[in-house]
Amino acid sequence: MATEHAIRGIGHSVERKEDARFIRGKGTYVDDVSLPGMLHMELLRAPFAHARIRSIDTSAAAALPGVVAVVTGELMAEHGLAWMPTLSGDTQAVLATDKVRFQGQEVAAVVAEDLYTAGDALELIEVDYEALPAIVDPRQALEEGASVIRDDKEGQDSNHIYHWESGDADATERAFAEADKVVTLDTHYPRCHPAPLECCGCVADVNPATGKATIYMTSQAPHAHRTLFAMVAGLPEHQIRIISPDIGGGFGNKVPIYPGYVVAIAASLLLGKPVKWMEDRTGNLISTGFARDYHMHGELALKGDRMTGLRVKMHSDNGAFFADAQPSKCKAGLFHIVTGSYDIPAAHVVTDGAYTNKAPGGVAYRCSFRVTEASYLIERLVQSAAYEAGVDPAEFRLRNFIKPEQFPYTSATGFVYDSGDYEAAMRLALDKLGYDDLRREQARAREEGRLIGIGVASFTEVVGAGKGTEYDIAGLRMFDSAELRVHPTGKAVLKLGVKSQGQGHETTFAQIVAEELGLPPEDVEVQEGDTDNTPYGLGTYASRSTPTAGAATAVISRKLRDKGREIAAHKLEAAPDDIDFNAGRFFVKGSPERAVTIQDVALAAYTDLPEGMEAGLEGVHYYDPPNMTFPFGTYAVVVEVDRGTGQWKPLRVVAVDDCGVRINPMIVEGQIMGGLTEGYGIAAMELITFDEEGNCIGSNFMDYLLPTAWETPTFEIDQTVTPSPHHPLGAKGVGESATVGSPAAFVNAVVDALAHAGVRNIEMPLTSDRVWQALSEAGLAE
Amino acid sequence: MAELDTAAPTIRTVTVSVNGEPRSVDIEPRLLLARFLRDTLGLTGTHIGCDTTNCGACTVLLDGVPVKSCTVLAVQADGREVGTVEGLETAEGLHPMQAAFHEQHGLQCGFCTPGMMLTAIALLEENPDPSEEEIRWALSGNICRCTGYQNIVKAVRQAATAMREES
Repeated sequence: MATEHAIRGIGHSVERKEDARFIRGKGTYVDDVSLPGMLHMELLRAPFAHARIRSIDTSAAAALPGVVAVVTGELMAEHGLAWMPTLSGDTQAVLATDKVRFQGQEVAAVVAEDLYTAGDALELIEVDYEALPAIVDPRQALEEGASVIRDDKEGQDSNHIYHWESGDADATERAFAEADKVVTLDTHYPRCHPAPLECCGCVADVNPATGKATIYMTSQAPHAHRTLFAMVAGLPEHQIRIISPDIGGGFGNKVPIYPGYVVAIAASLLLGKPVKWMEDRTGNLISTGFARDYHMHGELALKGDRMTGLRVKMHSDNGAFFADAQPSKCKAGLFHIVTGSYDIPAAHVVTDGAYTNKAPGGVAYRCSFRVTEASYLIERLVQSAAYEAGVDPAEFRLRNFIKPEQFPYTSATGFVYDSGDYEAAMRLALDKLGYDDLRREQARAREEGRLIGIGVASFTEVVGAGKGTEYDIAGLRMFDSAELRVHPTGKAVLKLGVKSQGQGHETTFAQIVAEELGLPPEDVEVQEGDTDNTPYGLGTYASRSTPTAGAATAVISRKLRDKGREIAAHKLEAAPDDIDFNAGRFFVKGSPERAVTIQDVALAAYTDLPEGMEAGLEGVHYYDPPNMTFPFGTYAVVVEVDRGTGQWKPLRVVAVDDCGVRINPMIVEGQIMGGLTEGYGIAAMELITFDEEGNCIGSNFMDYLLPTAWETPTFEIDQTVTPSPHHPLGAKGVGESATVGSPAAFVNAVVDALAHAGVRNIEMPLTSDRVWQALSEAGLAE
Repeated sequence: MAELDTAAPTIRTVTVSVNGEPRSVDIEPRLLLARFLRDTLGLTGTHIGCDTTNCGACTVLLDGVPVKSCTVLAVQADGREVGTVEGLETAEGLHPMQAAFHEQHGLQCGFCTPGMMLTAIALLEENPDPSEEEIRWALSGNICRCTGYQNIVKAVRQAATAMREES
């Protein structure tokens, strides 16, 4: 379904409005902001993962010409800002006062007249550390007698952070007692990093005369950040204006509040001048929001070819401060979506979080709060179960899927899935792939000594939080908002509480207005990111912009249309009930020639109103979704594994996504291809790891590998459309599906190539040495 | 070992032609070309993404050859031609590469786009009709986190066709 071409509402691949500035190099990213008298700030980071600070001598740094201030934790403490709250209700050091607890932790800051001087001065700061043993694994952290990392917290006598359960333990126990077979998988979803190409930073500008703080900031959630700054710093909230300008990718990394922001704001407040802080790549990789790092043990109970129970026990590595960005009631995020696309009657999940001497963060790297870990575990377990049941992995999935007639479907952990047709998506993917032929080709290749693998993953996500009563960030309910103002000449401004980091909101959301109100997208300017000029919202992450702000945009457009109908009735001298609307025209039922356009109506809203009607054509809507949305799909990957080197190469990647109704198909497909690439990167190469002393391996792009155009496979993408029944447009959100679903497909494919020799698991990332090790142990290496 | 001169930093005058416009500026010899373009000349279309010559966001053309300006000193550009994204559009309109990136949806957040386009333009100078494989190889020093490259490759092919037809 698509509107006529002139309107280009839903279903049209409208070329992006935001491109005009980006292709000319005229975007405005935070580092492009330069204010008169602006100072530059650099952070000194800890070289040790765990060490007591005996003393800090800043005198030489402070004496360097051009240095304006050197800030330490002691100075921050004088202003009550040495520590700040995290998004998970913990505390995090802004600048260390007692100990450093991870390598790269913020210890001091230099503010100087120019960037190079600030860098020079960092080298002149003398910190006397007493090194302490580091803990780099959550299981090690939870051992009896492990040294307590968070000795700053009263009553904290271990490294345990939380214990969290979901599902029904007794029912699950019974399912396992009655099982024919139990399939298990122990796996570590490794620590990786969203690594947006633009690092994090801000320009803090506190006006000494008015006290107003204007903060240009790499923020995916500017409104929530404003409120949190007000709470942390005790600044009046109306005196804080956050402007999140063009953002060079986020992927979850720009959801948390980082110490650098707080120090820059404090420095600007104290010095009365604008202060810019931009972290470098190493700072980004070693200190800001990482992702995953879950040690997972999964068990599936089988009766014949049916899955009857799922039991999961996990250790979550949260780093030195529990700073996961997630809804406050969900300590392990939405991991309990772990039953995935399958009708598994009983499930029970137990997670224990631990402090380690590693960076804090726990953000959802292109993922809705731990959904990626869940999807990976179930899709890997299902493949193992199929092998054990002696059923083809695709066929095994088809037998266990939730059926279309079971929706709305309540999962064993309590989610109510809105809609789905998993079989349709999978059959389309298998047909596109030529699955049966490929299985025959795989068998032939094996006879020739070549290893081909076919991996499938049929993911189900849960995205688009809230509803507000169940999901909140630091108490703020997860609604979102849209304010639409139609000017007298029929041009409009749409202001949103979310914030694009490349997702194309300026185009997509204008198309929603086009669909609902008939204004062409080029006549609707979309504004986001400025907290003084947009309605309150929780921001863009967890694939929530279309499910929440998209819905808000549709609802407010419809409200203006309703008002427009009354104005049109007045203009056409008819009763409002007799007025129909289509594609920007209001007309009298049965007499389509008696019509006024939305532009006529907009003018009349300011010039010729019905008696007693309030002037103007504008309004704001705050949308609190009744439920989450549940996008799904099937990814199928074919690989060839080199028996001599362990290298593997994707030969085919087929992706069938069902994200409900697609507003701009071109943008949706762009999101999917980007997500597949990040999923491939996670499966193949992206890794943040640590040595025993807590030194971060993966602290720059020479060590933290990202897929380039050369390795990245070509994608064959397709779709099914199962609308969300509760979203006003039937849309579900799509930005993260491919990163959530695809790592399991890649790993399943490589494992499948070796499965005939009994291989059931290889740990991510699937580097050549790991694959070669598996080949070697299975007797397949050449 | 000779003693380092720790007195006030030496200042050097560099004369560079940036997008065809001669610029002569006094700078510290340690100033990186990326910083020179961004901070000294105000040409912020050249982005900095990694500091280690891996990501390519800072790619500019130095005498027509793509270089990563975060690891080139501004003094190394003395007497040479620098091309940046700001110089691509002319009075006649967008460069075919800019138009192609837009039409093929070859960008999302836009951060890698200037470097990506400049690398691609340099490729087409050498090889006006590259295969997909040649394009992917040429762009392998420029990282994009958003698009998955497929539409970037399409955009380069479109631009190649357009530029061949133009010439």
